[in-house]
Amino acid sequence: MIARVIVAPKPVVNDPQGATVHRALASLGFAEVSGVRIGKYVEIQLTAGSVEEASSRVEAMCRELLANQVIEDFRFEIDPGTLPRP
Amino acid sequence: MRFGVVVFPGTWSDRDCGWAIERALGAGVRYLWHRDRDLGGVDCVVLPGGFSYGDYLRPGAIARFSPVMEAVREFAERGGLVWGICNGFQVLCEAGLLPGALIRNACLEFRCQWVHLRCERDDLPFTQGLRGRVLRMPIAHQEGNYQADPETLARLEERHQVVFRYCDERGETGGEANPNGSAHDIAGIVNPRGNVLGMMPHPERCAEADLGGTDGLLLFRSVAKAALALVGGG
Repeated sequence: MIARVIVAPKPVVNDPQGATVHRALASLGFAEVSGVRIGKYVEIQLTAGSVEEASSRVEAMCRELLANQVIEDFRFEIDPGTLPRP
Repeated sequence: MRFGVVVFPGTWSDRDCGWAIERALGAGVRYLWHRDRDLGGVDCVVLPGGFSYGDYLRPGAIARFSPVMEAVREFAERGGLVWGICNGFQVLCEAGLLPGALIRNACLEFRCQWVHLRCERDDLPFTQGLRGRVLRMPIAHQEGNYQADPETLARLEERHQVVFRYCDERGETGGEANPNGSAHDIAGIVNPRGNVLGMMPHPERCAEADLGGTDGLLLFRSVAKAALALVGGG
């Protein structure tokens, strides 16, 4: 299975990288941009008996290491890939 | 009096700390490798600056899981003095030994410059006699922008856990005096018990006149005095 995890700064935390990229986009003429937030994408290959089991393991990985919940939120999706069919 | 200086893969300020402790202060040093589980009876543990584990994921995120950090956590829980400098501050926040987090500088630049700090406490082992003093120290970091949620910041202020604030040479905070956008101009904080200090500036790089300043030595001397008092007091 593959877990695709997105870690992004919490909305209340200022994001200097996002703000700078926002300004850069504006200076390139992308006037429609009203906000940019920059985070991380983490792709994890794992084995699990079910999507539910994988979800709970990935959730734990996010809480323990992948995201610092003081400043970041996370979300993920599980791609079962070539899960053996029952 | 002996300091333990922790060395993670990627730590770069361990020898600078060792030099300041041995040559400028005249105390002993034991280097503690990240795999060590025994702190060897040191009186104060220094987590020095650098890029532990390459700053992968987030600064300090991987270092916090190293074996030596379990020993450091137990040492801190027993009241031992733990002093995180720069990357060491980031490690202490990631480890939950201090609240909050250090994010990318608001200017997005790596800042390597001298700054002024106002010391807010003199009842700590690290800052005896320094309350109200404006200290001059170098910083060298890209993620020194201290942030925490509003409740945490309010609690830090209420409990007087902010030890150092960026300021100008007269001790005034605000504006250009803050090099990284840190909330409440925070340059260093301490835990409620007062034995775990984290700070972004580098006292070990201003412990000798040849390096342009000696204010850092004041902190090393304070820690040495506190450690001796602890030993003397049984």
